[in-house]
Amino acid sequence: MARHSLRRLLGLIPTLFMLITVAFFLMRVAPGGPFDSEKVLPPEIQANLEARYHLDEPLLTQYFRYLGQVATLDFGPSFQYKDWTVNELIAQGMPVSLTVGLAAMVLAFVLGTLIGIAAALKQNTATDYSLMGLAMLGISTPNFVIAPILILLLAVYAGWLPVGGWDWSIASMVLPVITLALPVTAYIARLTRGSMIEVLHSNFIRTARAKGLPESVVIRRHALRPALLPVISYLGPAIAGMISGSVVIERIFSIPGLGSYFVQGALNRDYTLVMGIVVFYGSLIIVLNFLVDLIYAWLNPKIRYDENR
Amino acid sequence: MVALALLLGACGDDSRNQFTSDRGRQAPPVELIFTQDGRPDPSVLAPDQVLHRDNGEEPQTLDPHRAEGLPSEHILRDLFEGLTAESPEGRIIPGAAIRWNISRDGKTYTFYLRRDALWSNGDPVTAEDFVYGLRRSADPATASNYAKVLLPIENAAEVLSGNLPPDELGVIALEEFTLQISMRDPTPYFLALLNHPVTFPVHRSSVLEHGPTFSRPGNLVSNGAFVLEDWVIRSRIELVKNENYWDAENTILDKVYYYPFEDQSHALKQFRAGELHWTSSVPNNQFKWLQKHYPDELVISPWLGSYYFGFNLQREPFIENPQLRLALALALDRDLLTEKVTQFGELPSYNLVPPGIRDYVSPLPEWAEWSQDERNAEALRLYTEAGYSEDNPLRFEIRYDSGQNNKKMALAASSLWKQVLGVQATLVNEELKVFLQNREQKVLTQVFRAGWISDYADAYSFLNLFRTDHGRNDYGYSNALYDSLLDEIAAERIPSRRRRLMFEAERMLLAEIPFVPVYTYVTKRMVNPRLKGWESNVMDHHYSKNMFFLKAASSESSAVVVEEPEAIEPGSPVTGENVATDVPVDEQEAVITEADDGAMPGGPDK
Repeated sequence: MARHSLRRLLGLIPTLFMLITVAFFLMRVAPGGPFDSEKVLPPEIQANLEARYHLDEPLLTQYFRYLGQVATLDFGPSFQYKDWTVNELIAQGMPVSLTVGLAAMVLAFVLGTLIGIAAALKQNTATDYSLMGLAMLGISTPNFVIAPILILLLAVYAGWLPVGGWDWSIASMVLPVITLALPVTAYIARLTRGSMIEVLHSNFIRTARAKGLPESVVIRRHALRPALLPVISYLGPAIAGMISGSVVIERIFSIPGLGSYFVQGALNRDYTLVMGIVVFYGSLIIVLNFLVDLIYAWLNPKIRYDENR
Repeated sequence: MVALALLLGACGDDSRNQFTSDRGRQAPPVELIFTQDGRPDPSVLAPDQVLHRDNGEEPQTLDPHRAEGLPSEHILRDLFEGLTAESPEGRIIPGAAIRWNISRDGKTYTFYLRRDALWSNGDPVTAEDFVYGLRRSADPATASNYAKVLLPIENAAEVLSGNLPPDELGVIALEEFTLQISMRDPTPYFLALLNHPVTFPVHRSSVLEHGPTFSRPGNLVSNGAFVLEDWVIRSRIELVKNENYWDAENTILDKVYYYPFEDQSHALKQFRAGELHWTSSVPNNQFKWLQKHYPDELVISPWLGSYYFGFNLQREPFIENPQLRLALALALDRDLLTEKVTQFGELPSYNLVPPGIRDYVSPLPEWAEWSQDERNAEALRLYTEAGYSEDNPLRFEIRYDSGQNNKKMALAASSLWKQVLGVQATLVNEELKVFLQNREQKVLTQVFRAGWISDYADAYSFLNLFRTDHGRNDYGYSNALYDSLLDEIAAERIPSRRRRLMFEAERMLLAEIPFVPVYTYVTKRMVNPRLKGWESNVMDHHYSKNMFFLKAASSESSAVVVEEPEAIEPGSPVTGENVATDVPVDEQEAVITEADDGAMPGGPDK
């Protein structure tokens, strides 16, 4: 197990390397540069700026320079926020984005599994159909539609919550977290229901029931763990989705997280900022997927990794 | 989806109105009384002098020499003081320099600094600080975006391009408090450039000590009315009064908070909740509502910028076809466009240089005096003459970037052209950087969104845009006669002759019509009525040090909501005195140079 983990961890490096390479060159393919604006710069000033950020070097030199920087975990200075390094900007935006993302994840996981289990237990009843109908609606409604509706209902009409902004208060978190969590909750609910139904029909559950165990024990002790397996394997991509989804959410709710840096950075051709966030998100997602794999192995005895191979 | 849009549209603003508090509006101020020396009487001042100011975006930097963009400049003018400053109306007044001499040939400026000026840490502000600041600003290693402001100074171009060391810049300290600047060219608007952050002094030892982090709270030593207390990136910047500032006695505000609000409806909400006193703009399309509900708070005033459509003169159908271009210019009903599309009292425009520049009045084309019907008739005549008709309509693309009103404006223009002439114009929307690149390459563009907001109040800044080799001449306009006229303006030293030359140049441009003038920009914002000490001005510069809060009138009357819808006159608060100087200026002669110009950072698509 330990060896397997180590091997997996080392496997992250080529993945990250690919990611950096593709992102680096894609960013440079985009038309326009960081210093283009309606007011053109005199050539000597443009040259000074390019020299300062090494943009006057051949692209390959820049690329290897960047790889060297990433290796030392230095993402360089931001072009847009000149007084700050990309590391500082990420350190500032990350807690905000992670708070929203993780809170939404927890909410989605708890709510989604509960709804899924409830629907599975009441399979083919009105409860099941209405819950799954709602879930379908939740999956298929994009969050840039959900967000304005929630703002309208809870913030504008009811006035219970702020329309946007971020001050680390629970009130300012509620709407973004709910918006972000809804589609994932719905998806998890459907996943849980499906696998729960399958598990409930399997032989070992029949055995458990035959032994005369109370239904609640059957569900909790025997059915839940295997039923959650597909949900767990979905968590990796779900967290990735939360993070990329939060780009939209952060814009709508004016949250100073990484997502808005990412969008603004791309629009401004702030190469270092965009690259820094790509590398950061990339590593985060890779690590999360790795953790999900470990949890999966722990939950499912069938997938123990062979130590001797 | 459609139903949803309707729902959202229907519940727009009026519903929001019912559910939010309106502390931003209540409590009318007491009447302003001045003491004999022209200061506000202490009895009318509010006990709490803390200003909450929306600054639009997060400033790019608080290093004055690397600053670009309005958000940085606003804060830096509060933190630092240049040789000159501006009065609330936008007149150039003494700043760190108490007076100055300009030599007869206009090429030597001698500044006499205040002897009582101190840095926020107590060090005296000396001529050496300015020398250090200007050299640092021109140093290629600083990589200043806005160093073009320095170009009129002797050797600035050579220093910027690395051909001369920074200490060769034409700036020397004659004595401890006397600074001399030698000019490459006499530049009549040079004094106005001296309140641009790029020319500000910096505190040498703290810059050397802290390096790239010298502009952080705790490190930044400044010489302005305020000092940097705190900076939480993308949340707030807190300034507190600088007790060492030479005019601290007259600086009434104790604190100023700057907030970045990228979303104007969010800022408006904060304003209405009484949490903001000053917004950077207001949401589009809410003019009527704001005018009705906030007549005392909504402040609209002309800005030194023009919005227009450019023609690519290197592509069909506009090559060598001034009559056709004129037809398109004639057919745009600017009153309709400003009333229905921009909506905030923008001024319909028929020429290039916006009003508000002292000593200059733009020429108007003859057709500006016609009625729109007459213009349309003439437009149709020219259009037919150019060989187009209903069966053979003119077809072209209108290219624009995804700015706020650009799409609406392009749509409105294309439908007016269609309605009047039968033109088939298609719209192409592009992301800003892509759009700018396409404009510059002049391969894809035909008609494109364009505009210019000047950094200094001089017509030359606008006229220079059409010089053959100007970097933003995306029209492909090239006229040797026009270029030589520009050279003449740059070399001209007598104001009346310079004015005539500029008038002539603009008239030439209007005859050749490489662009379609549309409107003059306005600034639009919400301001708490208790905040005084500021005036609208075409540069839209507002120093916090001049501002103060009046007490609210007695508590009984504060419950009364002032409901006096007041027509907002777009033209009223213009001051045309931005480059004027009231101080005794010996031997001053208006003389001209060729200096580069610049659009307002952030782009005229704001």
